[in-house]
Formats: sequence, C-alpha cells, structure tokens
Amino acid sequence: VTAVALRVGGVSARVRPRVIGTALVLGVAAFLLFCLGMTIGDYDLSVGKVVAALLSQGDYYDRVVVYDWRMPRALCGLFVGLAFGMSGAIFQTITRNPLASPDVIGVSAGATTAVVGGIVLGIGAGLGTQTLGLAGALGSALLIYVLAWQRGTTGYRIVLVGIGVSWACTSATSYLLAHAKLYEAQQIVGWMVGNLNDSTWSQATPLLIAMAVLIPVTIAMSGWLRALHLGDDVAIGLGTPVQVARLTLLVVGVGLVAFGTAAAGPVAFVALAAPQIAKRLAGTPVPPLVTSGICGAAVLLGSDLLPRVLLPDAQIPVGVVTGVLGAPFLLWLLARANRAGSGG
Amino acid sequence: MIQTHAAPVGAPSRGPIRRRRTYLLAGVVVLLVLCVLSLAIGTRNIPPGEVLATLFGHGSEDAIIWGTRFPRTLMGIVVGVALGLAGAVMQALTRNPLGDPGLLGISAGAAFGIVVAVATTGIASLYGYIWFAFAGAAVASVVVYLLGSAGRGGATPVKLALAGVAITALLTSLTNGISLVDPQALNRYRFWASGSLAGQDNGVLLRVLPFIVVGTVLALASANAFNSMALGDDVAKALGRRVALTRIQGAVAITLLTGAAVAVVGPIVFVGLVVPHVARAITGPDHRWLLPYSMVLSPILVLAADIIGRVVGRPGEVDVGIVVAFIGAPFFIALVRRRRLAEL
Repeated sequence: VTAVALRVGGVSARVRPRVIGTALVLGVAAFLLFCLGMTIGDYDLSVGKVVAALLSQGDYYDRVVVYDWRMPRALCGLFVGLAFGMSGAIFQTITRNPLASPDVIGVSAGATTAVVGGIVLGIGAGLGTQTLGLAGALGSALLIYVLAWQRGTTGYRIVLVGIGVSWACTSATSYLLAHAKLYEAQQIVGWMVGNLNDSTWSQATPLLIAMAVLIPVTIAMSGWLRALHLGDDVAIGLGTPVQVARLTLLVVGVGLVAFGTAAAGPVAFVALAAPQIAKRLAGTPVPPLVTSGICGAAVLLGSDLLPRVLLPDAQIPVGVVTGVLGAPFLLWLLARANRAGSGG
Repeated sequence: MIQTHAAPVGAPSRGPIRRRRTYLLAGVVVLLVLCVLSLAIGTRNIPPGEVLATLFGHGSEDAIIWGTRFPRTLMGIVVGVALGLAGAVMQALTRNPLGDPGLLGISAGAAFGIVVAVATTGIASLYGYIWFAFAGAAVASVVVYLLGSAGRGGATPVKLALAGVAITALLTSLTNGISLVDPQALNRYRFWASGSLAGQDNGVLLRVLPFIVVGTVLALASANAFNSMALGDDVAKALGRRVALTRIQGAVAITLLTGAAVAVVGPIVFVGLVVPHVARAITGPDHRWLLPYSMVLSPILVLAADIIGRVVGRPGEVDVGIVVAFIGAPFFIALVRRRRLAEL
C-alpha cells in the first residue's frame, strides 16, 4: 500500500504510510543525535541530564552547560541540515535533475568567493564572515536568475547558467587561494569545508529566526513543487502559475542555503545526498520535501558527532565527515535498490 | 539518429552538412592562428614572422620557442582535445547536461593521489606525483563504475552519475582532511588545483600522450553507438547496440583522457563541461559531428585562455584554469541566453 485516502467530513487527504514512517524514524534518529551531541565535552553529561535540562529540569549548572555552551552548536547542526536537505529537494525537483543542488549550480560557490575574498582582504573575522556568506549566496542567486531570464525561465536554463556562474566563482576562489598567504589559505580551507566547531548563539540566533520563517513557507509550497516536477506544460494545465511558483521556490531554496552557509560554511554533499537518500528510503518518485530536510539534519548531526567520539582532540570539521558518512550510505542504497529491481 | 542505415539523401540535408564542414574547417584555422599567437606572445613578444621562420628552421629564437613555448602550446592542444572529448563522451554516457569529465570521480581521485603522495612520501616534483594523480584517477573511476553498475539493472546513467558524485564527495572529504592536517600537502595541492600549463616540458607530454591517443580512438569509435543510446537503452538494444560494452568503452576513454590531462595540468574540467554544449549548439546532437567539434573547440578555449593569462598577468601570469572559467563562463552564459540549447 503506497497511499491511503483519509476522509473526515468534507476534507480528504492522501496519507503515504512509508513516507511518514521514514520521516518518523529519521526524526527520532536526528533527535537522538541532537541530544547525544550535547552530552560530549569537557564536562560529562548523560543523555538523561541533557533531556532534563531541555525540559528546564535538573541541576542549574547542567542547564548552563546545555543552554549556553552546547545548544548553539547542536541547533546549528540541526537547522543547517534541515535547510540544506530541503533546499536540495527543491532544486532537484524544479530542475528534475538529481545532480542539481545548490553546490552545483553556483549558490554555495558565490558564498565561498565572498567569504574567501573577505578573509584575503582582512575583513573575515566574526560576524563579517556570516554577513559575507549571506551576501555572496544571495548575490550569485540573483545573478543566475537575472541571466537566465528570457521572457520567463526554464529549469534547464537556470541549471546551465548556474554552472557558468559557479565556475566563474570557483575559479576566482582558487585564484585567491593560490595567492593567499599559507596561514590565510589554511583559514580559508577551514571555512570552505564547513565547520560547526565555533558555533555560538551569534551564529545560531539569525539562523533560527530565518528558519522560523523559511521552513513553514517551504512546506506550504510543496504542492507547487510537485506540480513543477511534472514539467511546465502539465503544471500550467493543472493551473499552476509556473513563473511565479518557480521564482518563489527558488527564493526560498536560496534563502535556506544562504542562511545555512552563513552559519556553518558550505558543507558539501548534504544538499545533494539527503534528498536522494530520503527518496530511496521513502520509495517516492520525487524527493519528499520534509523527509529530505530531516534526513539532512540526521546526516549533519551524525557527521558532527562521529569525529568528536572517535577523535576527541582533533577538532575535525563537520564538512570533512559528511562525505565519509553520507557517501557509503548513498552507495549502499543505490546497490540495494538495484537488487530489488527498482533501479537507480 | 541512426544515420548509418538511413543516410539522408537529397537537397534538404546537403546544406547543414556543408555548413558543418565549413565551420569545422574554420575552427581548425582559428586553432592554427592561436598556435602561432601562443608561440609569439609572452614575457618577451616575438613577431609572428620570426615565429614561423624559427619553426621552419632558419630563425633566431630557438631557445624560447622550442624550449618553453612549443611544449606549452602542444600541451594546451593535447589537454584541450582530451578534456573536450571526454566531456562530450561523459554527457552522452550519463545523458546529463551537468556531466563533466570529472564526474566519474577522476578529478577527486587525482587530487587525492597528489595529497597522499605529498603527505606520505614527501614527493614534490611534477614527475613524481603525476603517476600518483593518474593512479588515483584510474582507481576512483573503476570503483565508481563498479558501484554504479552493481546489481541487476546494470549501469544506468543516473546510477553512474550518483555513484560518481558520492565517490567524489568521499575523496574530497579525505583530501580536505589531509590537507588541513598537513600544510605541506595543502601547499602543493592548492597550486595544482588552480590548473596551469606553465613549467611543462616535452617529457611530461610524452609520458601521458599514449593514454590520450588510446582514449581518443576509443571515444571516436563509439560515436555511432552514442547516437543510438541517446534514444534510450531499450531502443539502442533493439537497434542491435551492445549497450553495456559501449558504456565500458566510453568510461575507459573518459578515464584515460581525463586522468592524463588532469594529472598534468590540474582539474580544469570546466572546459569539458562547457565545450560540448557549445558544439551541440552548432551541430545538433549527432555525435559523429559533436565529438570532432569538441576536439577542435576545446583546445581553442584552452589556448586562448592561456594566452590571455600571459597577457593580463604581466610580468607574471594567471593560471589557465582560472582564465578558462573567467572567459568561458560569460561566453557560455551568453550562448545559453541567445539560443535554445538542444536538450540531452
């Protein structure tokens, strides 16, 4: 059974048990990782104590440790993962291409160039990095949209223009990287891989505010998203205002990536892999929006937790681990789908 | 597009074919002019007449022309041909407009090979690490191919692409991890990563040339099969194509071409991504024209970028990988805007 119709009075809805089950399982996993992440540090806490502190119970000192020190990092991991996963699902659905993600079509590359430029010019410290990352992502997204506009846009043209912008930005970044001093280069690479090590409330607060707006809007637009996936002609036939829908979804998708990147750097692979993983787990033809987001959060939180458990002193950035953790999982899903005969 | 049997006869098809021939010839002429310019322009300019005189054995600039600029120009042509052809084959193989020659994990494998070589053995010379890069590229692409074709469905385009992206993410994570820990590896890696034709001599070229020749032959021999496969695997099979064999042939060609090129000059894969789109805009989707066009247009882009890099960066120079994206991207975007590109 892939879908069950529910009808209560005059309202009816389709319920897909496997999608909901996947979302629930991933959600529980993400919550556990969220709590586990807050138990680790110089001051040991048990999971029970963390949960108690979250419910405003327990020791005063425990609550201070949880709220003031460890929560910003855990929240950044949670919401950056959600943002990247959902925005990856948006981009892959609009362009109908599993390789399309904000990393590929230039949004993350724009943010990177802005921040790297900032570091080389010496204005990259503290809040500057965050603002620059945001400005770079939004700026490159605007550029891509304007350049792809020709009495309307198509998903295909946005992808191709995005490739062009992405490569111009990447080459600017590698020019700056090759001409930077070695210690600046190390700082740049440290930011470019994506990092939650220095997360504080000053990163978490803007992220939380942005997500409180963007996530509900994204979920509200999932109907348009499904229509666009059927192709422009069918979507118009279904009564979807195609240009408006695409622009709004792009704005929301870019907003999600921009704030995520500003908080944690351009963490690679999450936006691309999370929707594909979620799609295969849930058995849907299109990446499921919310499940993709939860999957992204689980991957990011897991990638942040793993090196802290295995190599507590190494301070390995999260972006190094997402590939190591996410890639084998995606590959396993690809191989498993083959055996079931359902193909990639 | 099965024109082996259904060769178009009559007036309507004559024009396009003649036009294709003329444009291809014009491309070759442009390439020759660029060769002369590439020999003439540099820190010390040599008049074109003097260049030609030296080439035919009675000039006075032997040291500069034969010693440094000739190997460099030749390298530009060879690398250009390899990347353009590999890109066209990759897009045929994955049927994805985002397919670049590095998509089978080749660039990431080469980068990983270099970083491992520098970090473990301390090798810092080009002759030393070129084989590590090539080995990394070859191993990565074999792994991607095996994973992408595991299971009952065989290697479908989407599975290959996703497996490639996953392995790329995995290797990039590891490369970043090593270069964060080992500054020496980062230092070597960042210069290789910006891509340069400078400092090459004929020895390097001769070492990789056999691989590129074999790759070129394999790619060109598959042109007809790619035309059938563009119609989908089922149709190609019905037309008598051995789809699995063609895929392996294509993948081997890509690995040889890209692995050799990337090992020598760094990951300037943008060339291979963009040039086939430009070629497709001129010739349409017939691979018997698309592949030769890519082979001519791509060295034009590489040589032009190399010359521009020498002119704007005086007295130093800007690496070709950076210039390629900088002049290639606006041109590509303009093309995407002007024409309705043939979708894959």
